[in-house]
Amino acid sequence: MTVRSRIPFYVAVFLLITAGLSVATWRHFEMGIPWMTGEQQPVWMVEARVDFEGYGESAQVSLHVPQQPPGFRILTEQAASPGYGFSILENNGSRRAEWTKREVNGPQTLYFKTQFVPDDSIVQQPPKRPPQAQAVFWEEPQATAVRELLNRATERSSSPESLTRELITLMQPDNRTQNSTMLVSDENYLQILVRMLNHAGIAARTADALKLEDARRRQHLVPFIQIYDGERWLTFDPRTAEQGVPEHLLLWRQGSESLLDVVGGDNSQVSFSMLRQTIPALQLAAREAASNGLSALSFYQLPIEEQSMFRMLLLLPIGALMVAFMRMVIGVRTSGTFMPVLIAVAFVQTTLVPGLIAFLSVVAIGLLLRGYLSSLNLLLVSRISALIILVIFITAGLSIVGYQMGFNTGMTVTFFPTVIIAWTIERMSILWEEEGPREVAVQGAGSLFVAICAYLVMSLPLAGHLTFNFPELHLVILGLILLMGQYTGYKLSELRRFNPMKAYD
Amino acid sequence: MDWISPRRLNRIGMLNMNRRNVDYIARYNDRSSYPLVDNKLKTKLAVGEYDVKTPKLLQVVRQQHEISHFREIAEDLSGFAIKPAKGSGGKGITVITGRDGDDFVKASGARISVAMLERHLTNILAGLYSLAGTPDVAIVEDLVESSPDLAKYSFQGVPDIRIIVFQGYPIMAMLRLATKASDGKANLHQGAVGVGLDLGTGRSLNAVQFNRPITLHPDTGLALENIQIESWENMLEMASRCYEATGLGYMGVDLVVDAHQGPLLLELNARPGLAIQMANGCGLMPRLNAIEGLKRPHFSPRERAQFAMNSFSRM
Repeated sequence: MTVRSRIPFYVAVFLLITAGLSVATWRHFEMGIPWMTGEQQPVWMVEARVDFEGYGESAQVSLHVPQQPPGFRILTEQAASPGYGFSILENNGSRRAEWTKREVNGPQTLYFKTQFVPDDSIVQQPPKRPPQAQAVFWEEPQATAVRELLNRATERSSSPESLTRELITLMQPDNRTQNSTMLVSDENYLQILVRMLNHAGIAARTADALKLEDARRRQHLVPFIQIYDGERWLTFDPRTAEQGVPEHLLLWRQGSESLLDVVGGDNSQVSFSMLRQTIPALQLAAREAASNGLSALSFYQLPIEEQSMFRMLLLLPIGALMVAFMRMVIGVRTSGTFMPVLIAVAFVQTTLVPGLIAFLSVVAIGLLLRGYLSSLNLLLVSRISALIILVIFITAGLSIVGYQMGFNTGMTVTFFPTVIIAWTIERMSILWEEEGPREVAVQGAGSLFVAICAYLVMSLPLAGHLTFNFPELHLVILGLILLMGQYTGYKLSELRRFNPMKAYD
Repeated sequence: MDWISPRRLNRIGMLNMNRRNVDYIARYNDRSSYPLVDNKLKTKLAVGEYDVKTPKLLQVVRQQHEISHFREIAEDLSGFAIKPAKGSGGKGITVITGRDGDDFVKASGARISVAMLERHLTNILAGLYSLAGTPDVAIVEDLVESSPDLAKYSFQGVPDIRIIVFQGYPIMAMLRLATKASDGKANLHQGAVGVGLDLGTGRSLNAVQFNRPITLHPDTGLALENIQIESWENMLEMASRCYEATGLGYMGVDLVVDAHQGPLLLELNARPGLAIQMANGCGLMPRLNAIEGLKRPHFSPRERAQFAMNSFSRM
């Protein structure tokens, strides 16, 4: 006999384990599936409310909705507006929600809800065509004032950004000089600013943003100003000259698009309410997976019924690992190799104590009846078949009696696999006849011990979470089981069994 | 609770179950040879060609309807043994030592009717005692009359000798004596006494019951120190010859000493237990390593037996 080298085996096991771990890690970072259960992620629910009054004609309402607000990801969008036709239109870079109705009378309210997930990795996309500064004509005496202001701002600055900042500072009410006061009134401040920047050769535009604060209602958009620095649009607060988008600022509208157009209605206005929600990070990952190519590797797309079946199925390897460990390393004797796993799976469905009571009573009653069967001198197959039917009677009886007595737990016996129980009873009974009750107790207790250990591990929320959401971790379990198959060391129980050998050392 | 450290066990050279399974049984025992030892009928026929004697075969019951013939044959017999061909660990073996009117008398002294024997045969055929519950065949063998020298040590039952044969070399042996606790069976884990035997001489070394060292047989009260097995070399050679018959590199050979016919092979075991090490008070590892390290293995069973007697004697 040649001894094959073990090295390819260990390499294969190593590859299995690293593959499992690295795919899991990759999916954790790529899809955001959390390692732990119960991780929460904040989500902003923003509701835009459009009010207007119809005057008996067909109405068309068009609301600008955000496309790619920097710092946020759009999770869901939905409109609530009974009786209206609704669609989202996209054309050259802007998205508009559009409601239509044939005849509209009286005050109307339309809602548009969006969930935003904060995500720092989302930055503004550079525009396809670089915007150009528009030529602006000023009339005297404004032209002089503008020139004067721009000169002062240019003197104090070195780049378009700093020029913008200086200009905003100069135009603030506290710093206003005669020139600026003549130019600016409260209503036209932003327009003047944009025009002045354009006049200075800097492409500029306005934007509308929403300050996200938990549980606010009737909020309005706050105007911001954006300039183009040659690569991307930079955002400035026109009141403080602060540059950049603060953390809880959602840019709802960017560019020159109108926010709201209403045809066939009056007194239209839009207001926003918002709510900070937390949803499990897992749910988030699952929802996003649906719109992601990576979902092929996960179970989220299966129908719910199959998903819950897989949830159970994917726990089995943990039970198998437990049995392998208990038998090969610890040395617990069990009756039937994988009977404990199946019992443990049943325990997961019944919970431990009711399951234990149900299992023990079924097996005990079964053993009693089996005693009678053995005196009937039956062939093996028909004896097992009879036993299966008896086990069904016992489970049915226990369920009915339990139910009538008001214990719903009585019903849980049905989770135990009938055929397995019948075989367990048969084997226990033969064991009893041949080796005596002591061996039955040892093996029965060993099986239950392993089953309970497997149950305890399998019922950990973390175990269910990891096995279902990271199915690739089963490669790791497989690797561990293969490794255990090569374990040639002493079992724990052998250290006790061989104890008398001390005398011969 | 008393424990022994793994390092100490290693020093003694104790073979453990995982290593036995991975490094010896899986490596040296070809799967295709298993049916040969798992089926006593096949074993009997296979070793017969290599001049290894077994108890005389009286009848083979293969089909349910053949059970009625059993009644006719059993009429003329006083002692016989019914065994499931694929039974393991002595399960399903019924030994009849005599008659009491129409009833039969079991080795334990209990009486049993023909109808019950027939039911037993039915159970055997249905596979109740076979390894995987597969349908089985019942064999009826001549009763082994243990030689009185050995029989006196055993409480009922027939004392048998277990020899571990590794690549054709006998490497360790023990005598198994039934006790009251083991219900007349020679299974160590059921409470039979295991007496380690010196390979060089066939004399007893130490004895254990339930893994604990003992000096007297618990039921017969006889001292277990000075047992001497007759025609020892012959038995070792017989055991060694089973390697040629089966091709199994690591197996247990179970022999009995019949009062009239001398050593007979009872059965072979492809997964022999580890308790033999405790009965001998030494580990198997050094001997296994010695055989594995042989540069030029011996070809004839006689040479191998002699090599073992010289190398592994402790006297």
